[in-house]
Amino acid sequence: MAKSIDVTDLNIYYGDFLAVQDVNITIPARAVTAFIGPSGCGKSTFLRSLNRMHEVIRGAYVDGKVLVDGEDLYAQEMDPVNVRRKIGMVFQRPNPFPTMSIAENVLAGQRLNSKRMKKSEADDVVEQSLRRAGLWAEVKERLDRPGSSLSGGQQQRLCIARAIAVEPEVLLMDEPCSALDPISTSVIEDLIHELKNDYTIVIVTHNMQQAARVSDQTAFFNLAGVGQPGRLVELGPTEKMFANPDDPATEAYIQGRFG
Amino acid sequence: MTTTLTRPAPSELGADLRGRRLPTWGPTTVWSLAAATAVVGLLTPVGLARGLVLAWFVAALVPAWSFVVEGRRKATDRVVTHLVASAFVLALIPLVSILVAVVGKGSSALSAEFFSYSMRNVVGEGGGIYHGIIGTLLITAAASVISVPIGLFTAIYLIEYGDDSRLASSIRFLVDVMTGIPSIVAGLFAYALFVLFFGEGVRMGVGGSVALSVLMIPVVVRSCEEMLKLVPNELREASYALGVPKWRTIAKVVLPTALAGIVTGITLAIARVIGETAPLLIIAGMTDSVNFNLFDGRMQTLPVFTYSALMNPGVPAEPSIERAWGAALVLLLIVMALNLVARLVSHFFSPQGER
Amino acid sequence: MGTRRIREEGLRVSSTTEQTRRTAPPQRPGDRVFGGLSLGAALLILATLAGVAIFLTVQGIPGITASPEEVKYDTTFLRYVGPLVFGTLWAAALALVLAAPVAIGVALFISHYAPRRLAQPIGYVIDLLAAVPSVVYGAWGMVTLAAAIQPVYLWLEEHLGFIPLFAGPASATGRTILTAALVLAIMILPIMTAICREIFLQTPRLHEEAALALGATRWEMTRMAVFPYARSGIVSAAMLALGRALGETMAVAMVLSASGVISLNLISSTNPSTIAANIAHSFKEASGLTVNGLIATGLVLFVITFAVNFAARAIVDRRKEFSGAN
Ligand SMILES: Nc1ncnc2c1ncn2[C@@H]1O[C@H](COP(=O)(O)OP(=O)(O)O)[C@@H](O)[C@H]1O
Ligand SMILES: [Mg+2]
Repeated sequence: MAKSIDVTDLNIYYGDFLAVQDVNITIPARAVTAFIGPSGCGKSTFLRSLNRMHEVIRGAYVDGKVLVDGEDLYAQEMDPVNVRRKIGMVFQRPNPFPTMSIAENVLAGQRLNSKRMKKSEADDVVEQSLRRAGLWAEVKERLDRPGSSLSGGQQQRLCIARAIAVEPEVLLMDEPCSALDPISTSVIEDLIHELKNDYTIVIVTHNMQQAARVSDQTAFFNLAGVGQPGRLVELGPTEKMFANPDDPATEAYIQGRFG
Repeated sequence: MTTTLTRPAPSELGADLRGRRLPTWGPTTVWSLAAATAVVGLLTPVGLARGLVLAWFVAALVPAWSFVVEGRRKATDRVVTHLVASAFVLALIPLVSILVAVVGKGSSALSAEFFSYSMRNVVGEGGGIYHGIIGTLLITAAASVISVPIGLFTAIYLIEYGDDSRLASSIRFLVDVMTGIPSIVAGLFAYALFVLFFGEGVRMGVGGSVALSVLMIPVVVRSCEEMLKLVPNELREASYALGVPKWRTIAKVVLPTALAGIVTGITLAIARVIGETAPLLIIAGMTDSVNFNLFDGRMQTLPVFTYSALMNPGVPAEPSIERAWGAALVLLLIVMALNLVARLVSHFFSPQGER
Repeated sequence: MGTRRIREEGLRVSSTTEQTRRTAPPQRPGDRVFGGLSLGAALLILATLAGVAIFLTVQGIPGITASPEEVKYDTTFLRYVGPLVFGTLWAAALALVLAAPVAIGVALFISHYAPRRLAQPIGYVIDLLAAVPSVVYGAWGMVTLAAAIQPVYLWLEEHLGFIPLFAGPASATGRTILTAALVLAIMILPIMTAICREIFLQTPRLHEEAALALGATRWEMTRMAVFPYARSGIVSAAMLALGRALGETMAVAMVLSASGVISLNLISSTNPSTIAANIAHSFKEASGLTVNGLIATGLVLFVITFAVNFAARAIVDRRKEFSGAN
């Protein structure tokens, strides 16, 4: 189910602006890969190019290959909409749909696509997804309350439940905890640990400890200079990256000397 | 930056910081006196008009007093305060006067008969505005049926598809210009259009709807556009990330989120055109009978009824003039009700967090 | 998970069309229909605007070329429309002169002078003025306002009669061009107030605070920070209001007993008419080429208001680009 991702020679553009240059990376299945690096180096941009969310922005495009299980996401006949169903995403700020209840939010992927489901089947998806997101116990009594009535950490877990309810193979998370308090953060980190048994997980984080805690593999992105595109500087097992990285820039960043 | 600020001499600084100021109760007392003057004017033979003029002079005592105590600069400031507040009171006078006139002259006309009879075969007293109500409702409803989809889809184009393209910005510009089309020109346009198909002298309810649509569409576009703009982009992205196609995202996420605002905007647009007279005078014409068919001949409406009953009252004139004010009152009530509904909708049905 | 594999579909679309541009993803039918509808609606608006111009021109040209014998107004089109254009511009200009100071004052009151809590309700009250239907304004103007203001006209004639504007003889009914202009002024007050208020509220707080920090009074701050920033906005608000006044029909049609003269006299009983009011009065009885003549006057009105609105909007748009304030 979970798939690995192979990226070769990927350049990512916003119109004429080359934001990220020449990325080559392999993201293994059933593992957590963390992206770290200073602000503006293109972590979000790269993450969004992995499920073709990048091109939602006017004028944005990429050049290169992103292979998921051997299939190129950017091939001619590939439908970005189907790509996104297989590769889910959780955003920096929790964004439940304000017009929907908690249960409807979980089912949003199905409902918005007018997928017919039996009531029992739908209830099942809601319960399973919320359980996996570790939210079931807290909300099972109030599934028909609006999603926006939850706390920030709960909303983010609701968004995770919503993302896994459509059965993706990969889960992309863009600084999922940066808007949350420490307790919610640790709940979500535990959740990531759970989820990696079934999914390929990619997480962008600004928090070194978080990268160290949750990830198996860490990728360090950096800007070559002001106005230069972002690049993947170093990739390796998390323990090695934090203990003795090869690149001096990685070491400097991890030790908090810049960024 | 032409003002040169007078800088106090150092020795005066302490005194200046403490300042010689009017006591806080000062202006309040004078303003209360001014208000009292106006009320006394209203209740006595002096009359409200003279009372208001007197009150204006009483309130002008504040800047005068300030000039004596606080000096020229503060006094100038108080003069301006006095003037802008007077501008507001001045703007209130016609509003109050209109409400008093319409309610005062119109309420005596209201009766069950007034609402349930047309003017067919009525000479002198009796009769009512049933035909006008029917016409107004039908024509406005048809205008909404034309305008809402066009306006809403245009707004969707502008926000969701056009973005900053050349076409989108020129459409935006022309929609703005279109808001300025005079209503009578819209009526002439509908006439010129319908003449092609139905020949000279055409009068038809649906022509009125077309004319009103010309006036209504730009209003709908603008308000829907504003509301769609308020929908956070995060929600669109959340939907795309779930593998939902763009059109479903618009239809099921963007529009529902903006729904309250859109309904408010459409209601206000309806309120704006429901009182239009000139275009209907041209293309819908006037009649004394009820007409339920938008495609068949003249159709009476409330504004046109008001106009013609007042301008050509016939003999005896009094009953017709009374009916005219009655119709004006009903029209005003409808418009105010629509405005109220719009405000209530936007207040109570907005999704949380973006009221 | 028991419900896994709800959907058995691959990443591939079963599409047969060959895509040529790599950045253009294959479109779903739903997206094509929806996008098409949106674009269609937008283009329909352009078509409508063009249609207004075209139909008025097509129907108006026979009226412009008609000879005096063929039309009810017994004169050439130019001579017919001339006084009407004068009346239209005159009434609208008067209305603007009357409304602008009040509108700016009220806008300033709401944006900077009224207590915070009152600002919004005051805004609503002014918006109510915009909600009153024009026929109601007309009725109020011809009955209430005309009667109330007639004594003022007598006074003006007596004391200021040496000024041509007040030469009189004062109308006995009070239904003069000045009354009509007053009603127009009240009608355009809300729109002008609303726009000015928006602009005043957009004044960068930094400028305001800088002025206050210099020890300026509120009025000095208004002059130093608010007005310079708002000038072009006020101009375009005034032009938009002017556009409204030019095209307003009922207030003039009902208030004025017009006689189609060119006269600057504000208070007499012989008054110029406006294009819009004249159409409203004459359309019902018109037939044949007279109708085309009236439509042609409407075309003239359309051109005038279009030009005014176009200019106003262009000023607003340019302002947006330069100030960076949206
Ligand atoms: N929507 C956009 N349009 C144009 N440029 C963008 C856009 N989003 C991000 N960028 C640019 O792309 C670069 C990378 O940004 P981003 O991916 O957000 O960095 P990070 O997530 O690492 O902080 C930055 O230089 C940023 O200015
Ligand atoms: Mg980022």
